[in-house]
Amino acid sequence: MTYRFRDLLALEPLSADELTFILDQAKPFQEIQRHPLKKLATLRGKTVVLAFFENSTRTRLSFATAASRLGADTMNLQAEASSLKKGETLLDTANNLNAMRPDCFVMRHASSGAADFVARHLEIPVVNAGDGTHEHPSQGLLDALTIRDRLGNLNNLNVTILGDISHSRVARSNIHLLGKFGCRFTLCGPAMWVPRELEKIGPAGTPIRCVYRVEEALEDADVIIVLRVQTERLHEPSLSQNDYILLYQLNTERMKLAKPGALILHPGPINRGIEITPEVADGPQSAVLEQVTNGVATRMAILYLLMVGATEGAHPALEAKPEVTPKESAHASD
Amino acid sequence: MLLIKNGRVLDPASNTDAVLDVLLDGETIAEIADPGKLALANAAEIFDASGLIVAPGFIDMHVHLREPGQENSETIETGTRAAARGGFTAVFCMPNTKPVNDNASITRFIVDRAKAHGHVRVWPIGAASVGSKGEAISEIAAMREAGIVAVSDDGKPIATAKLARQIMDYCRSLDLLVIEHSEDVSLAAGAVMREGVASTRLGLPGMPAAAESVCVARDVQLAKLTGARLHIAHLSAKASLEQVRFAKENGLRVTCEVTPHHFTLIDEDVTYDSRFKMNPPLASREDREALLAGLADGTVDAIATDHAPHEPAIKDVEFDKAPFGILGFDTAIGLALDQLVHTNRLPLMRMIELFTTGPARVLGKDRKLAVGEPADLTIFSLNRPWTYNVKESASKSRNSPFDGRTFKGGPAATIVSGKFAHRA
Repeated sequence: MTYRFRDLLALEPLSADELTFILDQAKPFQEIQRHPLKKLATLRGKTVVLAFFENSTRTRLSFATAASRLGADTMNLQAEASSLKKGETLLDTANNLNAMRPDCFVMRHASSGAADFVARHLEIPVVNAGDGTHEHPSQGLLDALTIRDRLGNLNNLNVTILGDISHSRVARSNIHLLGKFGCRFTLCGPAMWVPRELEKIGPAGTPIRCVYRVEEALEDADVIIVLRVQTERLHEPSLSQNDYILLYQLNTERMKLAKPGALILHPGPINRGIEITPEVADGPQSAVLEQVTNGVATRMAILYLLMVGATEGAHPALEAKPEVTPKESAHASD
Repeated sequence: MLLIKNGRVLDPASNTDAVLDVLLDGETIAEIADPGKLALANAAEIFDASGLIVAPGFIDMHVHLREPGQENSETIETGTRAAARGGFTAVFCMPNTKPVNDNASITRFIVDRAKAHGHVRVWPIGAASVGSKGEAISEIAAMREAGIVAVSDDGKPIATAKLARQIMDYCRSLDLLVIEHSEDVSLAAGAVMREGVASTRLGLPGMPAAAESVCVARDVQLAKLTGARLHIAHLSAKASLEQVRFAKENGLRVTCEVTPHHFTLIDEDVTYDSRFKMNPPLASREDREALLAGLADGTVDAIATDHAPHEPAIKDVEFDKAPFGILGFDTAIGLALDQLVHTNRLPLMRMIELFTTGPARVLGKDRKLAVGEPADLTIFSLNRPWTYNVKESASKSRNSPFDGRTFKGGPAATIVSGKFAHRA
C-alpha cells in the first residue's frame, strides 16, 4: 500500500486501511524515540516549512522535532513575527515561502479550510497542523496510535469526548478516524458546545450521541478524550468556569463510572483543576505524556510518507542509512 | 427597423405563446403578426429567431455594479455588458457602492454613467438610511427625483426596527418600494455559511435559518403596521417564505425574490472554495425545496441574481475572510431552465414571468411584449448545450461557483430599446 494523497489535510477522506497504514508506518519511528541517538538521514537535504499562522508550541515543536529526527531542515514562520501583521495575504505568504523551494508545507491557521486553500495553490505536499475548528489530522493519528498501543486495537470502542466539541478540530479528527473502526461516540458538554448536528458528521452509520450529563457520558467508556477549556480564547458562548467545573470536570469520583482501565487522553495543554483534576491527569489511566511522545513518531511518519512515499517492506527507519542505526523493531506491515 | 422572425413568442402579460414575427421600429415594438405577414418585412434588418424563445426584456432587480468605488471588481460598463450577455435588459443596482448611493448626486452619477456606458437599462436603488448606517433617513425624495426606483440598505437590514418603521412610513407617503435584506445581524454575527450538518462538519461558523426569518417576520409586521410596499431580497429560508405567504394572505403589499443559486445549490454543496460563500448563505435541502415550491405557486414574485462581483485579490482568500457574493448574470437563464423548466417544476411561461412581469409588478410597472411598448426583448434558446467558462465573462470578476457547469439552453440575443445589446 502507498499513501494516495499528495497532502494530509483531513482524516475524513481516509479509509480504515489507509489510516492503519499510516499508524503502522509510525511504529518503527516510535522505536527511534527510545534510542539514545535519534537522528536519521532519511530526509537529508529536504526542507520543511513550519508555517504557524496561529500560535502553537506543542504541535510546532513536535513537527520540528520530527523533521529534525528525519534529517530535514526546517523553515519557521510564526504568526507574531510574520508579514501577515503587515497585511500580506495568506496566498502571498505561502507563495513566497514556496519560492524558497521547500519540499513540504506544514501549516496551522485559525481559518477552517486554510490548509485546503493553500494546497489548492501549491504543488508541494501540505500538512494540516490544525485549521480553525475543522481538523487536526496529526493529533487524530497520534491519539489513535496511543489508544491502539494501550488497548490493543481500535475496534468498536466506546469513546467519550468532553468539552467544547463544536469548536474542536481535535474532536472532529478523532471522530473521522475512530469512526472508521466502528467506535461509538458520546459527546458531552453544555448544549451550546454540543450541537445535535455533530451526530451526523461521522463516517456513515457511526453511532454518535450528544449528552449533557457527564455521568451519562462516562458510563461504559473505554476511552475518554478531555478537551481543553480554552481560557485564552473565548468559547462562543463562553460559560462560567465554575459551572463548567461543577458540571463537567473529570475527577476521581466520576472516573468510577467509566470502564475499569478506561484510557484518558487530552490534546494539551492541560488546565489543571478546570477540565480535569491533577489526580486524574497524572493517574495511571492517563496517557497524556505518551500522546506527546507518539506525536513525534506520528509526525515523522507523516513527513516521511508525504516526502518520500513508502514501498512495502522498506521502512526508512530500517532501510535508509541513518546516522545511527535503530535497533531492530516491529516492521511496518501491510 | 428590426424584424425578429419566426421566434416562439411568450408573453406572460397577454398569455401569448405562438410563433410570431415581431417588428421593432426605433425604440418601440411596431408590429406583431403571424410569420411572413408583415408588410414591411422586406425593408427591415432580420434576426432569425427560429427555434428560439422571444420574451419581454428580462429584469434583474438585485445587482451590484460596484461603481463608484470598487471598479477593480466591476464597473457600470462591464456589469451591464455581463447583464446583456446574460439576457437581461434592465437591472436594479444596489446602493452599497463607495461612497454609498445615499444622495442625489451619487444617483445622478450612476444614471449618467449608465446612459453613457451602460449596455442595458440601469435603475438605481437608493440607500434607505444615510450611509446605510441605520441612523438617519437618507434624502429619499431627492434621490427619487434623480432616478431611484426603490430604497434599501442592502448588504444588511435597516438596522433597527424603529428606523425601519420610520422609513416604511416615509416611503408609503412617497409611494416608494422598500427592499429589505432581512437578517438579524446578531444571530448572523461571525457566520460564513448556513448552520447545519455541513457547517458543523466543515468547522465553519454557521448562521441559523432564523437569522433571516426573524427579521423577515419583523419586516412583515412593520409592513402591516405602516402599509408600506415591502420587498424581501434574496429570500432563502422556508420559514421566511412562510412569513411572506402569511403577508400575502393578509393582503399586505409584501413581495419577495429568490436567486438562482438558492434554488440550485444547498449548504451540502459548500466547500472551502469561497465561490460558495454568499449572504444569505446556501440554505438547507428542505429550504431549497420550499423555494422551488414558492416559485411554482406564486409566493415568490421574482428571480433576481444578486450579482455580486469581487475581484480575485479579495475573494480568493481563506473562506472565512472572503467577502460574501457571487456572479449572477451569466448563468441565470441557464440555471432557471435547468432547475425549473427542464425538471418540469415550472411551465416556461411562469419562468419568464419571474424574470419579467414579476419584478415589474413588484416595482409597480408593466412589462409586456405588445405593440407600442419599449423594444426590450430577451431571446434565448431552450436546448442549446453550452459550458460556462467564467474566464469569458464580461464581468471584471470571476467568482462563480458554476464555472465549468454544462447547461441546456441560454441567452441568444438581448435587445434594449430596439438595438442589440448582445448577440450570441
